[in-house]
Amino acid sequence: MSFWVEILVILVVLSNLRVLGASRLSACIQTVAFQGALLGLLPVLANLDALTVRLLLQAGSSTFLKAMVFPWLLGRALRQAGLQREVEPFVGFTASLAAGVLFLGAALWLGARLPQAGPEGLGRLVPTALFTIFVGLFVIVSRRQAVTQVLGYLILENGIYAFGMAFAEHQPLLVELGILLDVFMAVFVMGITLFHIHREFDHLDTDRLTALKH
Amino acid sequence: MIWALLGVPTAAGAAAFFIRPDGPRRFLLLAAALAHAALTAACWGALPGPVLGGYLELDAAGRLFLSLTSVLFLATAAYAKGFLKSAGHSKEEEDAEGFLFDNAPEAVFIGCLLLFLGTMTLAALSQHFGLLWVGIEATTLVSAPLIHFHRQRSSLEATWKYLLICSVGIALALLGNFFLAVAARHHQDLLMTGRELAAHAAELDQPWLKAAFLLFLVGYGTKMGLAPLHTWLPDAHSEAPSVVSALLSGALLNCAFLALMRVNAVLCAAGLADFTGGLLMGFGLLSMAVAAAFIIGQTDFKRMLAYSSVEHMGVLAFGVGLGAAAPAAMLHAVNHSLTKALLFLTAGNLLAAGRTKSVGEVRGLLRALPFSGFLWLIGFLAITGSPPFGPFISELWILQGALGRHHGALAALYLALLAVVFVGMATIVLKMCHGEPSERFKVVPAEDDPWRLWPPALLAAAVLVLGLWVPRPLLDAVKEAAVVLGAR
Repeated sequence: MSFWVEILVILVVLSNLRVLGASRLSACIQTVAFQGALLGLLPVLANLDALTVRLLLQAGSSTFLKAMVFPWLLGRALRQAGLQREVEPFVGFTASLAAGVLFLGAALWLGARLPQAGPEGLGRLVPTALFTIFVGLFVIVSRRQAVTQVLGYLILENGIYAFGMAFAEHQPLLVELGILLDVFMAVFVMGITLFHIHREFDHLDTDRLTALKH
Repeated sequence: MIWALLGVPTAAGAAAFFIRPDGPRRFLLLAAALAHAALTAACWGALPGPVLGGYLELDAAGRLFLSLTSVLFLATAAYAKGFLKSAGHSKEEEDAEGFLFDNAPEAVFIGCLLLFLGTMTLAALSQHFGLLWVGIEATTLVSAPLIHFHRQRSSLEATWKYLLICSVGIALALLGNFFLAVAARHHQDLLMTGRELAAHAAELDQPWLKAAFLLFLVGYGTKMGLAPLHTWLPDAHSEAPSVVSALLSGALLNCAFLALMRVNAVLCAAGLADFTGGLLMGFGLLSMAVAAAFIIGQTDFKRMLAYSSVEHMGVLAFGVGLGAAAPAAMLHAVNHSLTKALLFLTAGNLLAAGRTKSVGEVRGLLRALPFSGFLWLIGFLAITGSPPFGPFISELWILQGALGRHHGALAALYLALLAVVFVGMATIVLKMCHGEPSERFKVVPAEDDPWRLWPPALLAAAVLVLGLWVPRPLLDAVKEAAVVLGAR
């Protein structure tokens, strides 16, 4: 594993922990953007000696979307929603961080048990990917605001993307771009829905969306 | 041919956003639906060849589900003509809580409806698992604005739940895709299509394959509405306009079912049919049980229909899980789609006349709305599996499959759950149909819009015919589809 990949993996892990511990929404959005940029750069750094046009195109488009477009969309939704700048978790920050450490342990354990299947050198990416997936799911269920749920979805997507890089290097370009487009559309549609929720309810708390039951 | 099938709805959908006058736009919807149906019908002569190096190909299973989607879309497009005439321009309506609300712009509605058809077509045509995932996720995104057509709070809540739950679920299916790729890693240049993977099934890594199936089951199962991942479904189906509910229930759930079955086919080829069969039967029966529990005493008649969809997805999963009953499950998918579309379109008529979804406020339908009330009764009898309608035949066939495999206890449970649903729905529907018309139905507009009456009536006729006689080509088609999807 190259030195740069090692550094990236560590930074991804740290960014996950920061999302769990940060209390300001804008900080969370920036951290997720940073994580997106790291993952976008990863395929380039892992294959420095064998760069192809396809690889650059893939890395460029995913970095552009994950590090620039998504944060911009979310930041816009946040500005439209006005004052709610705090994260408002169901699970407190300390408890969240403790859970994060547990997830990290579980991811390392699970990653060690999985049969080694990827190319040499990207092995450590697997526990990182699993950790990111766990954190994404945790953020979705443990945070109150709709914006944070979208952030959780993005973290989950990042984790799956990282897993895909560790293993399935032979995904065709068409499919990869389709997946990126879908994620982009998902965030876009979620952004529009956020706008409507805010206009309609004057808040973005999903735990107060409880009219529909049974 | 395949490009035309994808291109017609997509181009028409994109165009619909930019056409200002209502008349041509509504005409475009109907014209595109007709063109799509004609193209689909042409595929019954000879299957078109693969394009894009085998990524897209129409096989027997895809053709069956594509035809279902196309027929339902045609029926709902015709119905939408009447629906939009009454709902498209009413600026303000009153919802159950007494708030006034607008409807979404009609251009967005028709555009998304057509794009929805396009993405469902993509899902039916995709052979490559990655592309299939792209198609299924795209259906979620273009249908979300459709659910939010009535701009009111409850529909917004339903849209948010739908978007988030389905997106997260489908993200897990993407992880399943990667697991599948890992399982196939010993064979470097394998194309990730169902056929290629099934052909090399012996070389696939079994633990990874099992893990992949679990993720697909969670992912596509969420979209298909299998319990306990069905929670978005009753909200979305009850809050969406009835035209959309009919498509969601009759066409979209089937697309997710097809996707899950394509994965199932690979596992069956790898000799893991017992593993997947057990899971499918378990989740199938669980879905039926959950649906039965919520149908009893249900106070909202559209939610009742939504839970009935959960129940029937359970029946499909149970049938496929049995293995021998896979063709019966395919036939049941056909019957369920037609019947459920009939019911949702009729529910739309009831809603338009009485402006309430509450069961308690609906009485005396047969007197107040003779035509729609009669269709409502027919639909109820058909969906609960009473003879002489289509679902009766397919449910009986599935039961036969269960008994043939000596799953006596499971067969008994299956029958008991069907009976509970029958009783639960009968209590609700019969109360709604008989007696003196209630307050809201004392004075109702005459049922004079043929666009709102004939589509459900024709669907009812089709369900009746399928109960009396299953045409030979259809029988062959469901058997062929089951073979393509790996039935033993």
